[in-house]
Formats: sequence, C-alpha cells, structure tokens
Amino acid sequence: MSIYYIHQSQKRCIGCRACEIHCKTENDVPVGPRFCAIVPVGPKVVENVPRMNFIFMPCFHCENPWCVSACPTGAMQKRAKDGIVFVEPSLCVGCKSCITACPWGVPQWNRDTGRVFKCDYCRHRVDEGLEPACVTGCTTKALKWITPDMASLDKREKFAREIAENLPY
Amino acid sequence: MKKFVYTTCEMCTGRCPLMVEVLDGEVKHIWGNPHVQGGQQCCPRGAAAKALLSDNERPQHPLIRDGERGSGKWRQASWDEAYDYIADRLKTAKEKYGAKSILLSDRGGPMTEFERTFLAAIGSPNYFNHHATCSNSVHNAHMSIAGHARNSVDYDYENCKYMVLFGRNIYESIKTTEAKTVMDMQEAGGKMVCVDVRWNYTAAKSDKFFIIRPGTDYALTLALIHQIIKDNLYDPDFVNRWVLGFDEIKRFTIPYTPEWAEKETGIPAKEIIRIAHEAGEAKPAVIFHPGWMTSWFSNDYYLRRAIYTLNALMGSYETKGGIYINKKPGEVGLKYRTLIGQIPKVKEERFDGVGTKFPHLSDQWGLAQMLPHAILNEDPYPIKAYIVMRHDPLASLPDPDLMKKAFAKLDLLVSIDINYSETGWFSDVILPESTFLERTDHVYVRSGSGLTPHLTLIRQAVKPRFDTKGRGEIFKALADRMGVGQFFPYNSPEELVAWQLEGSGYTIESFDATGVIEPSKEQIWYDRKDGIKFNTPSGKIELISSMLEKHNIPSFIPYESPPKPAEGSFRLVTSKVAVHTQGRTTANIGILNELYSENHLWMNTEEARKLGISDGDTVEVSVEGYAKKIGAKLTDHIHPEVVFMLHGFGDTVPLRTKSFGKGVSDIRLQRGLLKTAVGGNCPLTECVVAVKKTAA
Repeated sequence: MSIYYIHQSQKRCIGCRACEIHCKTENDVPVGPRFCAIVPVGPKVVENVPRMNFIFMPCFHCENPWCVSACPTGAMQKRAKDGIVFVEPSLCVGCKSCITACPWGVPQWNRDTGRVFKCDYCRHRVDEGLEPACVTGCTTKALKWITPDMASLDKREKFAREIAENLPY
Repeated sequence: MKKFVYTTCEMCTGRCPLMVEVLDGEVKHIWGNPHVQGGQQCCPRGAAAKALLSDNERPQHPLIRDGERGSGKWRQASWDEAYDYIADRLKTAKEKYGAKSILLSDRGGPMTEFERTFLAAIGSPNYFNHHATCSNSVHNAHMSIAGHARNSVDYDYENCKYMVLFGRNIYESIKTTEAKTVMDMQEAGGKMVCVDVRWNYTAAKSDKFFIIRPGTDYALTLALIHQIIKDNLYDPDFVNRWVLGFDEIKRFTIPYTPEWAEKETGIPAKEIIRIAHEAGEAKPAVIFHPGWMTSWFSNDYYLRRAIYTLNALMGSYETKGGIYINKKPGEVGLKYRTLIGQIPKVKEERFDGVGTKFPHLSDQWGLAQMLPHAILNEDPYPIKAYIVMRHDPLASLPDPDLMKKAFAKLDLLVSIDINYSETGWFSDVILPESTFLERTDHVYVRSGSGLTPHLTLIRQAVKPRFDTKGRGEIFKALADRMGVGQFFPYNSPEELVAWQLEGSGYTIESFDATGVIEPSKEQIWYDRKDGIKFNTPSGKIELISSMLEKHNIPSFIPYESPPKPAEGSFRLVTSKVAVHTQGRTTANIGILNELYSENHLWMNTEEARKLGISDGDTVEVSVEGYAKKIGAKLTDHIHPEVVFMLHGFGDTVPLRTKSFGKGVSDIRLQRGLLKTAVGGNCPLTECVVAVKKTAA
C-alpha cells in the first residue's frame, strides 16, 4: 500500500531548486536526468502582484503504477510494505516501456548504464527512519513528508481556518 | 562508517553553518547544521559542494606561468618551488619599494585572518576586498550614520511585522537561514513590500510589489521620511533619545512630498502614504532593509543613509522584529585569540586613497576600483605585487581590459583559489586551495549569531582530492620565507585552534557535537533607553554626521532626477539566482550549470516591440562599440528603461568546459564605471546599453 506523500506548500516554495540538488547528490544522479523537478509556472498577476507557482514533481508512487504494469521484465516494482515504486537494475533491459507509460514523465533514462532509474523516495533513508533528501534539504521547509491522510487533514484544517477568518460574528 | 562533520559553507559569501554527512571517508551529503538553524535545510549551492569536490576542472597542483600572461600556458610546480618563486619576488618588491608596494585582496568576511595577518606581518597596509562592487556604499553609509559596519548589525526577521525591500532579492540571492526565516515571518502574518526595477521571485512572494523607475529609490525614501514626520508616525522616544539631526532632516524633506515622488518613481502617492502608515503602525518591529549588493548609483551613499534614517525614525534598532547590534563573544565571557590581534595595525598611507583622498571612507574593505589608477600612475606610490585570495577582480569589476593593462605592469600576480579564476588565468602563479570540505581554518565569530554570540570554524570533512593546501598552511609557509613566521604560531590547524582557545576552557573537540561554542542560548538585547552602543562620535545615530561635516561632505544631498536613456538604450541591471552566486564557484558545477547555463536579456515587452524584438530573438547589446549577442526574454514586469541580465556569465577560461563561453559578461558592458562614488562603490547601474535585433 502506498503510505507516503510529499506535501508542497506553494506559499513557502521559492523555486530555489534545492530539492533537485539534494536529490541529485544523495542519489548520485548525473547531469541530465532528474528524479524530481521544480517546474516554475507564471508569472500570473493576482491583485497587482505577478505570482509564481513552482510545481514540485517527484514520483507520486501510485497505488496502481502505470510503469510497473508496463514493465515486461519485472524490473519496475512496488514495495509491498510501503508502496515505494523502484527499479531493480539487474532486471532492467532498457526498453523504456515505463517512460512511455508514466503520465508524468517520472522514470528517467540513465545514459551511463543504459537502464531506467527513478525517485524511490530515498528508500535507503526511509528505511533508516529518515525523510527523503528533497524534504530534509528544502531551503524554506516548503516540503513535508507525511501520509496521504495527514495531507487531507492538513488541507481541511487550513481551509477551516481561512473560512473562519472571513466569517462574520 | 558514517560520521557528521560540522563546518561553514563557502560556496558563497553567506557562510551558512553546515553538517557534512561523511560515509567511509567520502562526502555523502551536505546539510544545514540543525543545531544552529533548527533544521537541515541547505540551499542548492551548498548542497552542490559535493559536486564541486568531485569536479576535475579545478587546479590540482601549483602552477607557474610558462608563456605570456593570460596565454594559458602553465607548468606544474612543487609547493616549495611555487612558494620560493613568490617569496623571492615579494622580497625584491619590499626591498626596493617598501612593503606597501604589495597588495592583497579577498572576498571579505570572517575567515580572512591568515591573509590579513600575512600582509600586516610583512608591513603592508594594503588589504582590500570585493566590496567596491558589492556593499561598500551601504557599509560606509552605516559607518557614518550609526558607527557600525553593514554587517555588525543583523535583522530579527522572525519577529518582524513589516519589511520594505529596496531591490534586495531575498528569495533569489539567498542565504539559507535568512530565506527560511523571512518565509516564517510571512507565514506568521508579517507583511513584505518589494520595490525593484524588475519583477523577480521575491516580488512574486511579497504582499505588495512596485516597479520603480531606476535611480529614483532616493526620491521614494525622501518622500517616506517626509510623510512619516508629517503624520507623526515615528517613534518619538527613540528619536529623542538616540537620533541627532531630526529637525534638519524634517526641514530638508519638506519639499519631497509623496505627490512629488510619484512623478519621479512611478509609484502612486497614495501607496507611498500607505507604506508610511503601515510601517508606522507596525513600529518598532519594522525593517527598511538597507540592501546588500548596493553598488548602484553615484549617489547610492545617500540612498542608504536615508534607508537607515527610516529605521531610526521607526525606532527599529535593538528591538524585537527590527535591527539588532551583533553582540561580541566577550559579552558572554568567551575569550579567544586571533592571529590578526597579535599585530598592530599598519599605519602607512594606503594605495587606494582611503584616509587621504577619501577621508570619510572605511579602510576595512578598501577600494578595489582604484587598482588600475594606482598601478598605472604609481599614485600614490609604485605597486609591484598583488596576491588575489579567492577574489576575481577580472570577473567582478568593470573595465577588465584596463585592469589587465595595469596587472601587466606588476612584477608578481598570484592567485590563490579553488577555481581557475579569470584573474588566476592571467597570473604568474596559481596556488590551488583545498575546498572548504578538505581543510580546517581558524576559529571565528559567526556573523548572524549576534544575539547569542558563538564561535565556529571551517573544519575538514575529507582529505584533499588533489595536491591542494589550506590557507592556514599556505600563508604560514609564505610568512616563514618572508621571515615573519612567528606570527603563525602553529604547525597544524589543530595546533592553531588550540592556541586560539588556550585558557578559554574549550578545545577543538568542543565543536564536535554541534559545530559551535555557544556559552548561552539566552538572547542579549541592549537596553533601549541607555544601553545601545552606536560607535559614532556622539554615541547616537547621526543623521547629520559629525564625521562627514568635518570633511566638508554634506549629510544629505538634494535629489537629482536621473536622465532617461535615449530611444533604444536601457539601463543594465544585474542580479543573481538561487543556483548561482558570483559565478566563479558555481558556474562550472555540472548539476548547477544544467539548471542555468547561460544568461538572457530581460526586456520590457512593449519596448522590445518598438524595436521589432520578439521573445527568444537574438539581440545585440552594446556599449561604446563593444557588442555581444544574447537571447532576449520579454516580460511586462520590468521597467521600460531597464534591461536585466544575470551576473557571472561569459566565462573566458577554456579549462572550465561547462561554463566557458556561455552567456554574456555584465562587467564587460559596464564600461567606464570603474569609479569611486561618494559611498566607495562603483556605480554599476549607471551602465546604459544599446539593444537591437540581430541575426542569431
């Protein structure tokens, strides 16, 4: 079961891309591929201020991953205990079916090995009780390592606070 | 085996506290130091230091020039040979022309003791650093108004309720802790107003953003002072107790109304009045940020003095949410020795005119822009040797060709660096320094620790990859050869630290657990009634500066409207992004380079259209016959009189294959601006360039 979720606060993110660099250095990802990416979108003028959105795109570790279904060799796998989707490199033949299948372009091509590699939520860190490097290293603490149910709870609470602020007494 | 080494980042001059994760003798990851900053957050440049370490395109052993200067022909030398080469020439210069014929510059900051000690020990007064193109004007302004260096105060962002930024791009020219804390402030409801000539990510995150006409920030500050005084929005207790010259500034700003300023700045008068009132309501937890990289205009000194005046009117000094004076280690009973503290200051006349031609400017950071004048004209005396320590005048100051002409006249030019700098490429000798991950430096007081003073240091995480050495070893070896080795009383970094901490009750192991020696976590705040230490002659904030008056320099000057550039011409403005700093450290790191490998010219959409330029077109940007091609990026959110490019591109060193030849160098366009403005800054944004469409 997919039990993890990375929540990004659009308000706190400054688009500095520290997440990308922490990811790359932690996982020794060479120049070119990116396990996670910040996609800057904007500016869009809202109440006279041109605002930006910096969309954080790691792997979402789907409950029913397209990439796993598409993989003909069983290299792309989902970890039973926590739902982390990862590549077993010894089984990858470099067919790129997963790259075709993933709607978000998550699986990355490793030119050096001729195989696919991807975000595995830094499972070596997760297994030590730590958070993924992107979350731990985030400059402004815009990323949070939480469970999906915590994410919905947080969102409800935030919404409730905003509603309450505007309620007349 | 995994271990953590606490150290200081040196990827930029922010010098954030780091925790380096080392696995089996290799750097696994670089994090922020959680014991100091409350979390492991670390900006992209700091995190990429691991990639700097593995970069092979940096000097790997001492090099001595083996051809014309700048020809790129080098021979590998031993350290002894390189030291002898340098020392022989330094000795000759000293004997024939005196020690003052030897200059040394660096990037400034708290980790400069080895080089400053070396220079003072051989008897030269001529230390300076990069601040001529950075914060000289704000530094000198604060010295004149409050008797404090720009960085002997800091900002309590966490508790700030209202902050106004004048071109300080706090979310792109980032220091990790600063960016994070300002974000905390915003999340807690603190308001942020951004004033800039162009939109950027800081603007995108601000509550209010105003595009100001370039060169008119002084008009805005004068109108704010006018309105704050007119509507009694200032802090009368603070002003009566600590501020001299209130009546004079009141009289002086009478004509500078918000309505007048609207015509100059383009910012509506009602918005200026609103800022004055919102700040007045939030005071004293208000910061009018005086800026950091402030080498803008000839009158920049007066803009910065006006910004500090706004803070004084708000009573922002030494209050929660305002500006605090950094407390010293002695105030918490922390004693330690410094190398530089063992040597009396060299009192000879300086090469750059500080203290003579420029009696009101601080010698702390000096005037790098005076280099060509002094060398070429031997004014005030002959200059024969120049040691450039992790500083790159040829990549950071205007008119590099004039600078090269001057350097050609030197008998010795030495570059000590972790990179091939442009100055290094033109040097006689390159001494490769170990990166901050590979060496241990001296103990220093961490800036930004001003409420709870503490000591820290750069500490070796891994062994050097190449035949490089730490600065402590390099300057000791040179000092030994110059016969002044007694000022370097150590044989290893550990011995130096032991000497510095002797009698303090602490040892180098005291840094093991957290990276700092911090006797108390209790914040020190001076008493706002009687305890604030302003180091001016009066002990107060001097809006009318007695020091300036003594030198017949006015304390305020009337506003002058900046000329509008001619049709097809624009003011060139520069800045940074989060993944690159001043270019030399980060530009050639693959994982940073791939995010930004070249710069573009930002132009106002409407202005570009008049010139037939579309987004993505190649344009020619030129000054006085010097022309470069660059890609245009159009935006509505930049002042029509301005074009913008990122600083630090246009690398000319072929060995740096990733950044070589990429993008355009802003400094090469800043022709004729190697000047000393009244604040000691080069007026970099007085650069006006012509832009036209061209073939790709």
